[in-house]
Amino acid sequence: MSNQIPLVEYLVLGDAPHLVANECTACGARYFDRRNACASCFGTSFASVDIATEGEVRAFTIVTPWMPGTAPYVPAVVDCGGTSVRGNVVNTTPDAEHITLGMKVRLTTVPFGADTAGTEAIGYGFEPIN
Amino acid sequence: MANEDLWILGINMTKFGKHPDKDVVDLAAEAAMAALADGGVTMADMGVLAAGNLMGAAAGVGQQLQKQIGQTGIPVFNVANACATGATAIRTVIMAIKAGECEMGLAVGVEKLSGAGMLGAGMGVAASDTWTPSGRFGAVSSLEGKTGTDMMPGVFAQVGMEYGHKYGGTSFELFARISEKNHRNSTLNPLAAIQKDMSLEQIMNEPMIAYPNTRAMCSANSDGAAAAVIVSGEKLRTLSAEQQKRAVKISASVLTSDPYEEGCQILPNVNTLTRMAAKQAYELAGIGPEDLDLVELHDCFATAELVHYDNLMLCPEGGAVDFFNSGATWRDGSTPVNVSGGLESKGHPIAATGIANIWEICHHLRGEAGPRQIEGAKVGLAHVIGLGSACGVHILEKSGL
Repeated sequence: MSNQIPLVEYLVLGDAPHLVANECTACGARYFDRRNACASCFGTSFASVDIATEGEVRAFTIVTPWMPGTAPYVPAVVDCGGTSVRGNVVNTTPDAEHITLGMKVRLTTVPFGADTAGTEAIGYGFEPIN
Repeated sequence: MANEDLWILGINMTKFGKHPDKDVVDLAAEAAMAALADGGVTMADMGVLAAGNLMGAAAGVGQQLQKQIGQTGIPVFNVANACATGATAIRTVIMAIKAGECEMGLAVGVEKLSGAGMLGAGMGVAASDTWTPSGRFGAVSSLEGKTGTDMMPGVFAQVGMEYGHKYGGTSFELFARISEKNHRNSTLNPLAAIQKDMSLEQIMNEPMIAYPNTRAMCSANSDGAAAAVIVSGEKLRTLSAEQQKRAVKISASVLTSDPYEEGCQILPNVNTLTRMAAKQAYELAGIGPEDLDLVELHDCFATAELVHYDNLMLCPEGGAVDFFNSGATWRDGSTPVNVSGGLESKGHPIAATGIANIWEICHHLRGEAGPRQIEGAKVGLAHVIGLGSACGVHILEKSGL
């Protein structure tokens, strides 16, 4: 586990991987990037909040990669307890029979390979529940 | 002065498509000189120039153009605003005239894009041999394809799917039928990049780019330019009867960016700012969506056209699927949409698009659209959207002068 690094800083690894957002302490707007101020209320105070790890697919697409031989992937917007999160739907067949609007999904980790020091980058995706 | 209507005096678009023998300045010059000739004026009459070329935004296309068609010392605004760049050039000239800085100006948009492939940059992260967090997400690698996509086909596919999730009734076939309409329309437009009637089956059997959009349902990257001469009402009344008769009234010109809403930094929200622009435009023009004789809207993908029926309030909220299924947006329907063929077949040379859409409307209002003329057209709306986001809406009316 020590030789892992999250793909993005808003992913927390460990026993219970989850995402964290910067929540505006004034209006509650949530962001996943480093902030200068709140785009909604212009406040400058943020608190770190954990995001629900289960959610519902609100939108998706199935992208056919240019490179022959590479598998299609499924970018999606997932509603995680009222917070919109972007990520790929994984661990299922990437076609319109297996991916549906409104389907229930949960966060899972996805390995993206190791660097020259042997540290493995770990990203996230959402897999169908059941 | 501030409340007085402004007019389009001259306007032109080049043929969209492949122009391997012409550079960006050639195309811009062709459209600009033709727009000036169409308006019966010259560069000497222009008080301002606004020019856009998104892919060469740092190169100063406005001054390059002046060096070919007329250097008169007027201020040049080189504008860049994603796919709304052309509309932004028009808006810039309008603001200059409304501010009383001048009485006539030229707006130009030009792009060379044929063969450019899918557009939309992922997060640029420098390659390193050890994972090093960088950028606003502290990412150790490019995120494109790893946490969703920023590529246009995938983004706009999700925009259409999100509408389907919210209101129901969408399907792969429904989106393909929107594309079928636009490809059918293109057969009447000699300036379209692709003039090919395609059956529903053909469209659905094209290579899938980003479900539910196949290649035929994506805007065609192409080369092209468009330009418009805009004049104050006061100045127009000093011009000839023929110029006044062919002038097209700009009843509303609105540019918006996306207001904050939950999720808008996750998937670009193309709805809020379009609805906001449309509302403002209808109010300014004193015209309702039911008064429109034709609409050119930003169908960068078939999925986008559906949501903009709703955003432009052409149908009741949530009713875009029923609206399309009723036949309303076909050429012979109550609100013909994209009779030019739309971006899916006319082509989408980014910075030219926001002026070319206005050209299409003007062509009909002037009664000069030939075989694809919408008979008796008096009012039209042109809409563009650029991700990031920027939305331009113009409402145009036939001259009563």
